[in-house]
Amino acid sequence: MRDTPLSACEKNFIIKALGDRKRLDGRQPYDYRKVKITFGADRGCCKVNLGQTQVLAQVSCEITSPRAVRPSDGVLFINVELSPMASPAFEVGRMSDLGVEINRLLERCLRESRCLDTESLCIISGEKVWQIRVDVNVMNHDGNIIDCSSIAAIAALAHFRRPDVTVDGSEVIVHPSDEKDPIPLSVHHMPICVTFSFYEQGKYLLVDPTDKEEKVMDGKMVIGMNKHREICTLQVSGEMLLMKDQVLRCSNIAVVKVTEITELIQRALENDRQARLNGKKFGFAESEPTESILTNQQEPEEIQATETQMDEDSEEEKGMNGDLKTERKSKVKILDKGVGMIGEGGASTWGVEDNEMTEELQKEAKVTQPDHKEVTHTTGTLNATNCVTLKIDLN
Amino acid sequence: MWPMGLLVYYTNQFTYNCLIPNTPKVNHVKIENISRSFKTLNRHVAFMESEISKLRQLSSTLGDLSRPDGDATVSQGDTCVTSAVYGPGEVKVTKELLDKATIDVVYKPKSGLPGCAEKLLERTIRNSCETVILGNLHPRSSISITVQEIQNRGSLLSCCINSTCMALLDSGVSMRYLMAAVSCAINDNGGIIMDPNTLQEQSSVAVLTFVFENCNYGVITVSAKGCYTLDQFQQCLSKCRDASKYVFQFFKDSISKKLSKQ
Repeated sequence: MRDTPLSACEKNFIIKALGDRKRLDGRQPYDYRKVKITFGADRGCCKVNLGQTQVLAQVSCEITSPRAVRPSDGVLFINVELSPMASPAFEVGRMSDLGVEINRLLERCLRESRCLDTESLCIISGEKVWQIRVDVNVMNHDGNIIDCSSIAAIAALAHFRRPDVTVDGSEVIVHPSDEKDPIPLSVHHMPICVTFSFYEQGKYLLVDPTDKEEKVMDGKMVIGMNKHREICTLQVSGEMLLMKDQVLRCSNIAVVKVTEITELIQRALENDRQARLNGKKFGFAESEPTESILTNQQEPEEIQATETQMDEDSEEEKGMNGDLKTERKSKVKILDKGVGMIGEGGASTWGVEDNEMTEELQKEAKVTQPDHKEVTHTTGTLNATNCVTLKIDLN
Repeated sequence: MWPMGLLVYYTNQFTYNCLIPNTPKVNHVKIENISRSFKTLNRHVAFMESEISKLRQLSSTLGDLSRPDGDATVSQGDTCVTSAVYGPGEVKVTKELLDKATIDVVYKPKSGLPGCAEKLLERTIRNSCETVILGNLHPRSSISITVQEIQNRGSLLSCCINSTCMALLDSGVSMRYLMAAVSCAINDNGGIIMDPNTLQEQSSVAVLTFVFENCNYGVITVSAKGCYTLDQFQQCLSKCRDASKYVFQFFKDSISKKLSKQ
């Protein structure tokens, strides 16, 4: 399906409002939307809401052979899926340009910044290493998927626990989670992407653009940074030229934002850890708001069984089997070539037909015509007086 | 390093020996064997649960996402699935059907690439939807349904179908009737467990999922795997039919609640 295009008057309105330093949702130009981070019951599962943009990340691990160039390093694989749920414009199958861009950015931000210690993922050098796979599914697209995905990915990596492993000579024993506590991944730092969008050839600048603002922008800049003021990735794209003082200004803004977001992630991780430790319930089902008009819960009740139906059905079947047995004893009369008759004649009463009986008796009639190799058309009638007349046409 | 307390494992003849840790014998036993015994221990625990005739707690959230025309997140116990519906809308000419709407279902697992099991799930959901949705009202259009797994703790197919039905309700697509899916598992001693979780599914002999409609409570879809007798099938069918009435009531309550202020 195609996405609804943005009308010209909406475009003009947004740009004019920017001139007065106003945004459609009332934010300040450098303000982020509300970030909500929830963790699931599975380890490494994280859902992030950035305003209306919603993203689900899941980390999983498996043992593979390492890359030839780095025999003692684990592998980090990141996959961002633009689900058709997120926008009518997203299709399954081949990744669109936007999908490729987001994937590459996230890879550079997480893998090449070495935020995850890959050497600790080695089991047997040159043979077996852990492959950590981060799957990010975008569920709702209201702008700024890159930021939302980076927050979800790094939060999920920090939340994940991998199984403990013992190496016994050349044998590797993987302990299931009920035997030995799984161990966390070693995350050195948390790189987070911050997106800036530019309008009027770099005159106006917005942080965290929504979908409508993204459609109007001239170009954007993504800065991947951690709270230690280290830039992990930087990308400028679009039809615009930037002055270098603007780039420096953006990186200063990004530091502030990244610090806030990192704090939020840490707090969410701590809350989840406390909930798990104290035996309280955790996971998505618990984090749904209960007072909203859009949510509903139903407590489990004992199912009241209605037994009578079942007995009737089984009796009918037994009755039918009995009838069929008596039918088999009755004789088949061959009236003419291709016409066989069982029982007496009678009027056709299609209203009382019984499919199963017709099938069984059709089989009977076919058995009595062994010479005919091709049966192309079979008609049959079944009536209340237990008679079947079958006529088989051969063409 | 070793779990504290007694280690109990079952031998083939179902007698059990107790191993006290820190004896030299224990150090040579591989952990794999013990993890297998934990699995059999779990199996025997499941064996002891002969019958469960209660569905797990149902909860739903409607209209959480801003882009789709209708969406629903349904949780059955800890299994949680989100469905979104776009439609009726534009369809590609190659997929166009002249007399009815093209229904597309995409199921997205949480991790990994979709494989054959996911395609089977999509197919089952799509077949159920084609029965239920009045496609003839929207010829040469498409109704696309996306199902995203959030958490899988058993009875995934029934949770997917229930959330799809709620998403269709939320989006306002015309339907002949509602559909409610109920799963049940048959364990070793013939007992029927309704709405099984992952452990119960794994230790069962057969898992059956029925989808009912709410006019005459007839069966729309049956998906069954494992070995079961005809009698067991009939029992499961009638139990699930009774359980589906609770699910239909839940759908009605959810939608009435949402529309109560409009």
